[in-house]
This record gives sequence, C-alpha cells and structure tokens, in this order.
Amino acid sequence: MTGQTGKNMEQDGDMGNGKVRGPVRETGRRKRPNFLLCAVIGLVTGLANGLFGSGGGTIAVPAMVHLLKAEEHRAHATAIAVILPLTVVSSVFYITKGYVDWGITIKATLGGLAGGYIGAKLLNRCPDKLLRRIFAAFMAAAGLKMIF
Amino acid sequence: MNNWNWIVLFLAGLASGIVSGMGMGGGAILIPVLVLVANPGQHIAQSVNLLYFIPTAVVALVIHIRNKSIDFRMAVPIIIFGLAGALAGSWIAASMDAGLLRKFFGGFLLAMSAYEMFRKGRNNGGK
Repeated sequence: MTGQTGKNMEQDGDMGNGKVRGPVRETGRRKRPNFLLCAVIGLVTGLANGLFGSGGGTIAVPAMVHLLKAEEHRAHATAIAVILPLTVVSSVFYITKGYVDWGITIKATLGGLAGGYIGAKLLNRCPDKLLRRIFAAFMAAAGLKMIF
Repeated sequence: MNNWNWIVLFLAGLASGIVSGMGMGGGAILIPVLVLVANPGQHIAQSVNLLYFIPTAVVALVIHIRNKSIDFRMAVPIIIFGLAGALAGSWIAASMDAGLLRKFFGGFLLAMSAYEMFRKGRNNGGK
C-alpha cells in the first residue's frame, strides 16, 4: 500500500515537473501574474529608475516578457503605466533636493516630443537591427567615458 | 552661446526621443549627452531625464489605455512595490556624490549595452 502510494506520488511529481514551467502553477487562473515576481520586478525597476533617473523600461519590459510571460507589445504598454508613477515620485524627490534645471529640461523636452513622433513613425519602416547595434555601441562608449 | 545651447539640448532631446519612440531606452542617450556636452552635473542630468519622460509618457499612456493594451493585473502590484523602490533609489542617488553616481551610471550603461548585444543574438537565432 505505502509502496504504491509512494510510487503514485512520484509519478504525479514527474508529470508535474514535465508540465509546469517555472513558477507558473496550473490553477486555472493563468491570467493572474505571480505576486512575488511582480514585487521583485517592481522593486528593481523602481530602484534603478530612481537611482539612475532612467532605465526603468529597459528592466521592466524584458522582466515582464521573460518572467511573467507577457506579450512584447503588451509589456511595452504596461511598462509605461508602471514607470510613469515611479518617475513622478522620483522627480518630486529630485526637485525637493534641489536637483532641477528647468531651462535644460524644457529645451530637451521640446526636442524629445518632436523626436518621439519621428521615432514612432520610423518604427514601422526602419529595420531596427542596425540602429540597435549603433545604440548598443553608443551605450558602451558613453558608459566607458563616464567611468574613466 | 545661448543659441548653441538651445540647439545642442534640442538635438539631444530629439535623438533620445527618436530612440525611445522606437522602443529603446531614451535616457541612455539623453543623460550621457547632457553630462558629456552640457555638464550640468549627474544629478541634474538624471532629473532632466525623469521630467522629460513625463509629458511623452502621459500621451502614450492615454493612447495605450484607449487601445486596452495595458495589463493592469500585472501593472498594479508592480507599481505598488515600484513606488517603494523609486523612493529608495532616489534617496540613494541624492545622498551620493555626483562623481560616484556618474561612475555607477556608466556601469549601468555598460550592462545595458551588453544586454542589448546578447538579446540581439538571441533574436537572430529565434527569427
């Protein structure tokens, strides 16, 4: 009896391991994302975004795609909904500490609004392979220059 | 000098806007360009990037909400913990020396660059 039960349990376990991928359990509620993963993603995204004043999206989008199995397009949209409130909180903190220059901010923002429009238009036309490679090279060069 | 300043800042914003409009991190362009060209200090450069993000993000958010592209069941718990992280991160940045913060930021850029190259390879394999 006990031997049989043990064998059955072992089989169940094996089947479970075969079916279940990572932390997502088959409870019939696959839409609800894993709370612990959300908490970790939130903390890391907020921390980086506050510490570096950027990079929230760079962390949140791949984290949602790979860890929460979100669809790429949906992850991009959801990342904006996440990062906007975090950015507002961090901005208020920076401003109260006196770290603000409205002149630079307005000039860069005007350029950014125009650039965002152009970028969104280009997104559908331009094969971004080369652009991504240039972007990565730029980050590497700028990163090294800022460290040394 | 003032006109030159205008042009450089506008172009920095433009380049970074194009890149973020294409779905890549705009801050990775704007912050280093500001620091290396206009040099307002690392903290101010980061503050510019934070504020710069807000108007564009509001517009994008409205469009995404209308198109129902946002997964709120995923967003809400991430935001709750994200707010705690944002406060902690900003506090750490504010209490850090500008030179040190700049070096940390440089390291962060290198890490993102490495990820971008790694990810590119994976995508090529997949597609």
